[in-house]
Amino acid sequence: MLKLPIYLDNNATTPMDLRVLEAMTPYFMQHFGNAASRNHPFGWAAEEAVDYAREQVAKLIGADPKEIIFTSGATEADNLALKGVFEMYASKGNHIITVTTEHKAVLDTCKHIEKQGGEVTYLEVNNEGLIDLSALEAAIKPSTILIAVMYANNEIGTVMPIREISQIARKNGVLLFTDATQAVGKIPVDVNKDGIDLMAFTAHKMYGPKGVGALYVRRKNPRVKVTAQMDGGGHERGMRSGTLNVTGIVGFGKACELCMQEMEADAKRISVLRDKLQTALMQIEEAYVNGSQEHRLPHVANISFKHVEGEGLLMGFNKNIALSSGSACTSASLEPSYVLKALGLGDDLAHSSLRFGLSRFTTEEEIDYTIKAITDTVLKLREMSPLWEMYKEGIDLNTIEWAGH
Amino acid sequence: MAYSEKVIDHYQNPKNVGTLDKASKNVGTGLVGAPECGDVMRLQIEVNPENGMITDAKFKTFGCGSAIASSSLATEWLKGKSVDEALKIDNMTIVEELNLPPVKIHCSVLAEDAIKAAINDYREKNGMEKIKFEESVIH
Repeated sequence: MLKLPIYLDNNATTPMDLRVLEAMTPYFMQHFGNAASRNHPFGWAAEEAVDYAREQVAKLIGADPKEIIFTSGATEADNLALKGVFEMYASKGNHIITVTTEHKAVLDTCKHIEKQGGEVTYLEVNNEGLIDLSALEAAIKPSTILIAVMYANNEIGTVMPIREISQIARKNGVLLFTDATQAVGKIPVDVNKDGIDLMAFTAHKMYGPKGVGALYVRRKNPRVKVTAQMDGGGHERGMRSGTLNVTGIVGFGKACELCMQEMEADAKRISVLRDKLQTALMQIEEAYVNGSQEHRLPHVANISFKHVEGEGLLMGFNKNIALSSGSACTSASLEPSYVLKALGLGDDLAHSSLRFGLSRFTTEEEIDYTIKAITDTVLKLREMSPLWEMYKEGIDLNTIEWAGH
Repeated sequence: MAYSEKVIDHYQNPKNVGTLDKASKNVGTGLVGAPECGDVMRLQIEVNPENGMITDAKFKTFGCGSAIASSSLATEWLKGKSVDEALKIDNMTIVEELNLPPVKIHCSVLAEDAIKAAINDYREKNGMEKIKFEESVIH
């Protein structure tokens, strides 16, 4: 039976897996101890649970458990990585290279670093959302300490060539940090095979709870250190103070274990559904897929429907289907998606985009319903769109002098 | 963001969607907004030249639900009004009627601008001088 509303905004957050909740439950009341309480059974139980979760998390990304620093989420991990490296390696240099399509947690942190005397280079992307590796190499200079490139983009799902980027970083003795929030648990990520030095990721994008994430910090070849951004009890090897969120960490660990076991099968099944959705929606005239289709997360599709506005489009079905749009109207900023604009999309196409994020729980029935609802709404709104009428009359919209705002 | 019931109703059952003959002397067309801004409104009025009454009004809008609702409401209000009365439609009346939140006020401004542009187009076609309006504040 089809149950409404349908949730297809899994890049924003995923529902929790029941098995994760079950793993967490005892740690709310029964084993409520502080993992830092070293001298009684309550503390021991909590510490043991955290140690086990740390192993589960480390295993998913091919790391050593000691290399996992638990945080409140990916935003904190991004901040800790960037600011922590900037401060720790200040004597070596002050230059960071990143990309214009990074998440705001990276971009705004870089802006902050610039105010602190750092120098940041923002690499452009091509129309698929990928960076030019030779431009990356050319941007490296003696003062470069860090390359920060996301593993996969949250809006378009484009997967960056992290291994090639790592080779460039290694060759030049620069550290590589990747925000892998959207990738971990969805596609194989291995910090050693990929050559990653620091990596941010979070539980709530992989069927775990909100409020817990991690920063991977490499311990060997090279040994990486970051300056703590919060002062306190010196938890997490001194890099992140604050009583550990034991319950959340247990859930994070369980979520990682499940992804380890089920990721491959999930990805296969979900990508079939995603492809079905995309193929059907591309039957609509003037529909465009945004970002690379070759290098893309298996559960993501970002599609623009020309001459219909994204928020207006969402309104046609958002009681029944949860989705997000790159339209300015859906954000507080009044600017359309900076990621889509970085791909070279005109504002009109950026305003017309929908982002689909499928999950482990998405069913074919839901996809069928979504295809119909979106197709109907696009056609209805085009009947109402002056731009569509002009387009159909063969008027080049670029030749019109718009009385812009 | 939750929409008011009136916005939802206009979105689901928009009034007067369509196109009037742009070439007709009795039709005034106002096209305002820009695709880059995410809002384009086209509002048309048909005027009885005998008595200056608006006999029909149509719109097409590219934009969010509030923009669609604002233009749908505007066409409803225009029908049966004289051109002079139509000039008095103020964006804030649209805001109040539709319960638009502050971030959506620009939709009502656009509707007011579209009305004025349509009236001026009609006046120009019929040998009357265009009315000079003050620049809208929110642009």
